[in-house]
Amino acid sequence: MKRSDCIKALYPELADRLVVTIMGACAQELYDLGDRDNFFYLQHAMGLASSIGLGLASSLPNQKVVVLDGDGSVLMNLGTLATLARYRPPNLTHIIFDNGSLLSTGGFASHTTSGITDLAAIARGAGCPKVFAADNNYQFLEACAEAFDSNEMCTIVAKVEAVGPDHFGMDIALPENAFRLKRYIKSITN
Amino acid sequence: MTVSRDNSLAVYRGIKAAGVKSISALPETWLVYLLQLAEDDPDVHLIEVAKEEEAIGIAAGAYLAGQPHLLLMQNHGFLAAINGIVSLAMSYRIPLCMLIALRGHWGEPYPWHTQGGIHTEPVLRALGIPFEYARDPAKVGLQIKQALTFAQSSLSPVALLLDRELMED
Repeated sequence: MKRSDCIKALYPELADRLVVTIMGACAQELYDLGDRDNFFYLQHAMGLASSIGLGLASSLPNQKVVVLDGDGSVLMNLGTLATLARYRPPNLTHIIFDNGSLLSTGGFASHTTSGITDLAAIARGAGCPKVFAADNNYQFLEACAEAFDSNEMCTIVAKVEAVGPDHFGMDIALPENAFRLKRYIKSITN
Repeated sequence: MTVSRDNSLAVYRGIKAAGVKSISALPETWLVYLLQLAEDDPDVHLIEVAKEEEAIGIAAGAYLAGQPHLLLMQNHGFLAAINGIVSLAMSYRIPLCMLIALRGHWGEPYPWHTQGGIHTEPVLRALGIPFEYARDPAKVGLQIKQALTFAQSSLSPVALLLDRELMED
């Protein structure tokens, strides 16, 4: 399963959701499908995409929030899974693409490569209420359909290949991305 | 040493008067009464984190959602959150209003707090984060309001250091 195919399949569903992505390949693949005002690309600060999602989801209980995370980022902030489990905003879907690799920074193996570290098991152990492990496109889409319909916070760990785009470059400055999302949220909540 | 209940209440009243609607925090001794007040306050949404850097992300989410947010942490937590402050808050121009318990400074009896206490102010200066000390319970409310206002107008992190004089009896 390729992350780019997963994001492509999800893309139509992201039109009216607040979306936070991690840096690098994941951000680029979403951007290339078509940038939108409701997308926030966290280009650094690894580990904090899910924390931003928690801040958004708990401040805006009537909005749906989706976080597109990665194994390397989650491993840098494992505590976030416990914090998410404790507050579990029902309007949050946390998707972790696990490619077992720090792909955007040289393709070094991450701790999940060996198969020893199981992020879905960690999320369950942290107390996340609804955790899905998806190994193929069918399982992934089924999990997403259930998560987007659910009244509980959902965590989806999707095993994907360690491949990314053949180019990097996005025409949006970091503060511009924040200003834009803030303005977008104001426009839909006023 | 006991934590000042009266002055904690003065700080909390300042937080409320400033219009704060949500707080992210990691429990610490000097913040114990403040956190109890926040927990018991139905009008404030409190999120306690496992490590302070998470709170930088939560604060960013709350800000983007238009919600006035305040961070409560110990200075060692501030030191642990620096990458989030630099790579998220400063890079994306996200305001942060940080109330930081300044442990390990003048009068500190515990050796384990001292290095963090000694290096907090130089690190704030190195990062260009505007800061003030809060020592007087009569003034702390205004200081909190000003810190939040300044963070929001400058789109920057701002720190108010809660001093021993304020937090202990």
